[in-house]
Amino acid sequence: MPEGETDVAPFDKASASLRVEDPALLSGRARFIDDLPEPAGTLHAAILRSPHAHADLLSIDTRRAVALPGVFAVYDGQALAQVTDPLLVGVKVAVEARVLATDRVRYVGEPVAVVLAQSRYLAEDALDLIEVRYRPRPPVTGAMAALEATAPVLHDGLGHNLASDRRFAYGDPVAVMARAPHRVSVQIDYPRNSCTPMETYGVLASHDPDEGFDILANFQGPFSIHAVLARALKVAGNRLRLRTPPHSGGSFGVKQGVFPSMVLMAGCARLAGRPVKWIEDRLEHLTASVSATARSTTLTAGVDADGRILALDWDQVEDVGAYVRAPEPATLYRMHGNMCGAYDIAHLAIRNRVVMTNKTPTGLNRGFGGPQVYFALERLTARIAQELGLDPVAVIRRNLVSAFPYRTASGAVYDSGDYHRALDLALADGRYDALRAQQAQARAEGRLFGIGHAAVVEPSVSNMGYLSTVLTPQERAKAGPKNGAQSAATISVDPTGAVTVQIDSVPQGQGHQSVAAALVADLLGLDPAQVRVVAEFDTAKDAWSIAAGNYSSRFAAASLGAVQLATQRLRDRLAAIAAPMLGGDPAALRFADGAISAPGHKPIPFARVASASHWAPGTLPAGGAAIRETAIWTPDPLAAPDEQDGINSSLCHGFIFDFCGVEIDPLTHAVKVHRYVSMHDCGRILHAGMVEGQVRGGFAHAIGAALYEELAYAPDGAFLAGTFADYPVPTAHEIPPLEILHLETPSPVTPTGAKGVGEGNCMSTPVCIANAVADALAPVTGWVELTLPLTPARIADLIGPEPAAPRTSAVPRALPQGGGGGLTGQGRARVQASPQQVWDILMDPDQLAAIIPGAQGVTRPAPDRFTAEVILGVGPVKGRYTVEVALSDLSPPQSAVLSGRALGALGSGERVGHVTLTPLPGGGTEIAYTYDARIGGKVAAVGGRLLDGAARMIIGQFFAALGRRAGGQRAGWLARLGAWLREATE
Amino acid sequence: MKPAAFDYIRARSLDEATALLRAEGGDARILAGGQSLMAMINMRLVRPTLLIDVMQVPDAATPRLEGGALVVPLGTRQAAVLARPTLAAEVPLLAQALPWVGHVQTRARGTVCGSVAHADPSAEIPLVLAALGGAVHIRGRKRRIVPVAEFLTGMMQTALTDGELIEAVSFPCHTGGQAFAEYGRRHGDFALVAVAAVVSGPAVRLAVGGVNDTPALRDWPALDEAQIDDALNDLAWSLEARTDLHATARLRRDLVRRLGRHVIERARACA
Amino acid sequence: MRLTAAQRHKVSITLNGQTVTAEAEPRLLLSDFLRQTLAARGTHVGCEHGVCGACTVLIDGAPARSCLTLAVQADGCRVDTVEGLAPATGRLSALQAAFQRHHALQCGFCTPGILMSMDHLLAHDPTPDEARIREVLSGHLCRCTGYHPIIAAVTEAAARIQAETNHA
Repeated sequence: MPEGETDVAPFDKASASLRVEDPALLSGRARFIDDLPEPAGTLHAAILRSPHAHADLLSIDTRRAVALPGVFAVYDGQALAQVTDPLLVGVKVAVEARVLATDRVRYVGEPVAVVLAQSRYLAEDALDLIEVRYRPRPPVTGAMAALEATAPVLHDGLGHNLASDRRFAYGDPVAVMARAPHRVSVQIDYPRNSCTPMETYGVLASHDPDEGFDILANFQGPFSIHAVLARALKVAGNRLRLRTPPHSGGSFGVKQGVFPSMVLMAGCARLAGRPVKWIEDRLEHLTASVSATARSTTLTAGVDADGRILALDWDQVEDVGAYVRAPEPATLYRMHGNMCGAYDIAHLAIRNRVVMTNKTPTGLNRGFGGPQVYFALERLTARIAQELGLDPVAVIRRNLVSAFPYRTASGAVYDSGDYHRALDLALADGRYDALRAQQAQARAEGRLFGIGHAAVVEPSVSNMGYLSTVLTPQERAKAGPKNGAQSAATISVDPTGAVTVQIDSVPQGQGHQSVAAALVADLLGLDPAQVRVVAEFDTAKDAWSIAAGNYSSRFAAASLGAVQLATQRLRDRLAAIAAPMLGGDPAALRFADGAISAPGHKPIPFARVASASHWAPGTLPAGGAAIRETAIWTPDPLAAPDEQDGINSSLCHGFIFDFCGVEIDPLTHAVKVHRYVSMHDCGRILHAGMVEGQVRGGFAHAIGAALYEELAYAPDGAFLAGTFADYPVPTAHEIPPLEILHLETPSPVTPTGAKGVGEGNCMSTPVCIANAVADALAPVTGWVELTLPLTPARIADLIGPEPAAPRTSAVPRALPQGGGGGLTGQGRARVQASPQQVWDILMDPDQLAAIIPGAQGVTRPAPDRFTAEVILGVGPVKGRYTVEVALSDLSPPQSAVLSGRALGALGSGERVGHVTLTPLPGGGTEIAYTYDARIGGKVAAVGGRLLDGAARMIIGQFFAALGRRAGGQRAGWLARLGAWLREATE
Repeated sequence: MKPAAFDYIRARSLDEATALLRAEGGDARILAGGQSLMAMINMRLVRPTLLIDVMQVPDAATPRLEGGALVVPLGTRQAAVLARPTLAAEVPLLAQALPWVGHVQTRARGTVCGSVAHADPSAEIPLVLAALGGAVHIRGRKRRIVPVAEFLTGMMQTALTDGELIEAVSFPCHTGGQAFAEYGRRHGDFALVAVAAVVSGPAVRLAVGGVNDTPALRDWPALDEAQIDDALNDLAWSLEARTDLHATARLRRDLVRRLGRHVIERARACA
Repeated sequence: MRLTAAQRHKVSITLNGQTVTAEAEPRLLLSDFLRQTLAARGTHVGCEHGVCGACTVLIDGAPARSCLTLAVQADGCRVDTVEGLAPATGRLSALQAAFQRHHALQCGFCTPGILMSMDHLLAHDPTPDEARIREVLSGHLCRCTGYHPIIAAVTEAAARIQAETNHA
């Protein structure tokens, strides 16, 4: 049998079998990174992070932190720059990305300093003692805003925020678009989200002057990053040993993003001469680990009257955050070969722009590029149906690719499939007609019930050359070709004849060891329990290439292919050894039941043959020993981009067709998913239970993206979703039932016939639900553009005007309207003192000190400037802040503008307040104030839902105290503060 | 995310606890179930100098009926109240609302009095207490009983002064119809809006949580079908609905109108 | 007795049936005490603000977030963790075995906490319906499974335990 082919059936045994990973995980015996022993002398790191989205870093004073007992060292950006270089990226752009900020911070959470101490507790104590001076700059937070000529520029060397701008044309899109009978467009803003593995990042790094770096991290690959790490750490690749722990608590792409922290901790270890351990906390993870990209897309189709799409025109603007971080802008290019999705469209135009904004840099995340693309594409097919008055399923059917292999306009080769059959099966087996009937009934009852659809192609096994499509053909020629997707696996037999397999897929919980063990056991005729699969990864000992790792759903199709090839080679060698004892014909041998046999001969135990190479090499036939085989395999179809920018960006292409029925809850506007049907063709199914696990897991992530999750920022760049209360990951209550269907068209290009399956629902489900929600709303709204997540608040705004405020009640109050981060409000108070008396208090540092709660050391360095140390807070939440207040537009004793800025360990605040003093007819003064406050840092990230009230409370406290000082409310004001404020605030 | 340093003491009596509070000044905190306080301490949003653990104080773990009210002492966990077989008959509103307080795992630790002391604007227990006109039993040097409306003075602000703690809260046992509903992004989350209706005869009281800094109360002597939508709309607009990360002011008003009607109808149905 | 911040104080717990004593600063979280001080690393830490449920243990028989509990609070208490669930090394409890059969875990990071909540549930409510299981499970976040297999596993474990109990 030639290499790369097999007659091994899908692993029926494995389907029924139990995962070998589970007993340890179920018993508390697993070894995740934070469970592993630490070398003697290990120091624990904590990271000081920027509270500002964009600011100059003026100074860092670490003296008090260093002096704290138990603290070993505190390093800032200057210190790290001695031992690290900036991080490399795939596009040539004048952006210097260092692992610790040196002179400027560009996103909330950007590392500014590292404390090394005897424990994490002590390290965090020291963080509180580091004093940093920042000068805030205006931030830019939107992808389109970042392109504007007047936008704040993140990287002065670049002079603007556009890191890449490429246009592609395949076929003749301009002419075909111009000729098309209809043009239909959608405009999409895809938000930031993240799959947030339950285990956060962890790094344990050490440095030896002779050996170089040893970094143990729950990194997941791709190991192309190893080259980035080695360059940043200024060592040759062989002086950077990178290891992964035996277990990893989920990744979904996200743990690729640990690599800058690996450089940071390795650099600290080098400076300290001690091992350094860092376990990220959840606030750090949500704020500043990594994010999927946000994307603004305008997608236009030229369509004929029957709904046939003749040409597509994409204009994508990708927000990669504050730095282009490797492997970005890969999110934008991973889908490049399949930008027409499941549809046969010959004419394709693409413009891809990559912009930087004051947000956390982006990276891998389950679905990687697919959610952004398919959200636009499948909203577009829905809109085509709506505008042309066609059935949405008919529009999908009319455009589906129908012959395989199929070469797309932009160069991908869809290896196998039967999209029409999958669609028909899904509608039949998924009881689509029943759902339509349910909808008709619901609508007759006046309920908002909609049905949505999505057809997507799920690419897997990335071509490591796809990112070079971002370069022009000339630039690529200069840089040299990049392509392929090397997988490596090693199989060995030990002196007892037992089999061990080393895989390169760095599993994060998917059960790779079980599936690999089952495959190897099948090929060698062993029980899977007898095969040990080692998934810990060690670049110093294992066979690996840049493509190693756990991404692009490469395990089943690629890693397992290498395992199969290595195992077949070993089997061939074992057969050559056994053949002389079993009739002489290696091809006649059978490996089964722990033995090797041939017709008419007594079977020989497998272990005896397998151990022979250790014990009696002199007795082996020509052809040599069977001890260890390493297979390194790259699929042929993954060529480099061609001169016309055609790229087969992925090896295999699965197909998904989903439909669902949703209803808008009349009480709450919440989206309830009644039924969700997902048809998958992921090629050959290797393990039914694990395929189901991948589909259900991807679906749950997609429900989160569709309905709940957003890494939200305020307009001023403050990060708002720092806890699992503010980043609402779905619980068991929020995941609707899922009906899974399968069609198997084995891939001809993978050794096992399998394709990836883990990411598809992240691509199909958000848009399927959005299409259903749009359909539900259609009777009241007509066509609407939808933005994820589809929260009740967004739906309330779409559903129609709200009942007007009654004329009889109080006028709707101008209340603080946050949306988090930016808070405005106003208040009013009456005091007995004259305007001049009130004015004098406002202008007197000593009097201010007395009325600002907790203020100490009020000084007036200039006539129009105060500074103070202040304790601000609400209830038990208190923090010490350094406050600077500048007075302007003074017109004594009538009005003034107070601009305040506060910075403390809990975060930062800025406020502009306008104060007016109006004399009252009977004596006394009315103090009126309006304010516009911005709050950032930790308090914004973890206290979003309380910020508005807190700002109002604190500002109210100030004016309450002012009023009291000026002879207003006298007794017991604190106790009655709430009631008083409600009176005062109108 | 690790706490800053503090001292810790297990109080053996309320007198000891209050004496410690007085001695320590404003930076000591009572630690009961700790389900809100410990999260804030871990984030270093709260930095007490001393935590006074009151969960070992004798005779504080079981609610009792007293003077027509269910009196819940400070050591009583939410789960213990919910497990009380007679709760639905005694304080139906509390029986309906408690399953919405966090999750099984947090109710097993969290206390009823702790939730009132924390005074989160979205919390269910203070809302129920307000809807029923309950009281807070305060202990310092002296004891005083304060109506909950006076006790809750603002967002996470209460009438407790230094040296005082909540000894118990009391939920009046009403006979009228009661109904509770809330909507949060996920089950177990902080409510975007929570509503509690209490009806007695034609009179209707609606308490709204999650919108203002403290539970908002509205009483109608009567509310017929022709009035209810306008009445609720009037109420919705009179509140200080705000926009934040999780909801818009408009959604909050919609929830007041819609959930408000829903609970009033339900309360009437079981009156 | 006032335990001062700067010192470590003796804390004794009965961990999975065995009394252990070690020292802890007042601020040491129970999750860290278990994992770092007692080297019982089966309990995992996922958020340290009480939402994710990964660190759930039983304190005196009731579920608790060990990240929201101080080690000194647990002094004198019984603490049960995932390490104590299996009847013997190399064997799995009925609940653990059902998790394995139903692929109710993938990465397994959240699993110890979920097992503790579900073990407690089945001990107090041997025949929970799906809604009840979902209710208890909603105190935990899992990013791998989509929860469905966990509910199936608990349902099946409940049935098996019932069958065994009836049989005995």
